[in-house]
Amino acid sequence: MPRNEHETEKARRSGKTAGGGASPEWADGLRHLYDSVVEEPLPDSFKDLLAQLDETDDDDLPSKEGKKD
Amino acid sequence: MAEKKEPPKRTASEKADFKRELTEVVPHLRAFARGLCGRPDMADDLVQETMLKAWAAQERFEPGTSMRAWTFVILRNAYLTDMRRNRFRGEYDEGVAERILTAPAGQEEPLHLSDMHRALLTLPPERREALLLVGAGGFSYEEAANICGCAVGTIKSRVGRARATLNSMLADGDIPQRSIDDESAHRAILEELDDVAAGKGEAAAKA
Repeated sequence: MPRNEHETEKARRSGKTAGGGASPEWADGLRHLYDSVVEEPLPDSFKDLLAQLDETDDDDLPSKEGKKD
Repeated sequence: MAEKKEPPKRTASEKADFKRELTEVVPHLRAFARGLCGRPDMADDLVQETMLKAWAAQERFEPGTSMRAWTFVILRNAYLTDMRRNRFRGEYDEGVAERILTAPAGQEEPLHLSDMHRALLTLPPERREALLLVGAGGFSYEEAANICGCAVGTIKSRVGRARATLNSMLADGDIPQRSIDDESAHRAILEELDDVAAGKGEAAAKA
């Protein structure tokens, strides 16, 4: 993850917002909303898809998605 | 585009690196997608579509740059396309969203995540995505501007407006019902999406 993302994160956690003033209570809720999804265990369908990526690559490329000009 | 030069073929180890980085950002893609569209199952469909597109376009990814930003552009464009094809029309089910959003948290929250999410979904899409990127995803204004293909000042103003709206909505506990299946609201959303789509993300401009 690029460093400046962390710096932005720090700046926000220190309570600054674009509108000025202290960070409202919901700002944590918004981050939590995002983080709660990030922390969810990955459903099997995603693991399957990731596993399939290599296979599609070994064989011929999927002509539908791969070829687009 | 009229580009002649073929991107260099990726070696097996480059592909492995790409796949590892792609795997790492999947949880972030899911979080971004869920913030964009109301339903977790549709959000996940969107993420899978994004992963396939990213894999197919991996030669265009510049190693060393942010995989998260790169894939967010792809996800965003897929979302806009789907929205305009009406794939998400009338699909936002508040009951479902509420159940799924409140269930896994399992801890006391200063405010209900379902309220938060509902408030978020009432925002115009361009403000919602700006707030998601900056306020939740931790992107800088500059990065968010690159992802959305617009000026930094535009992102700042969208985030500012989104914050102001949420401030008043959540402070008063007054969250309007802007449901996506309402005919006129839906039309308004589509019109807004045209504006959003007008600024295509940098990385995806060639995709």
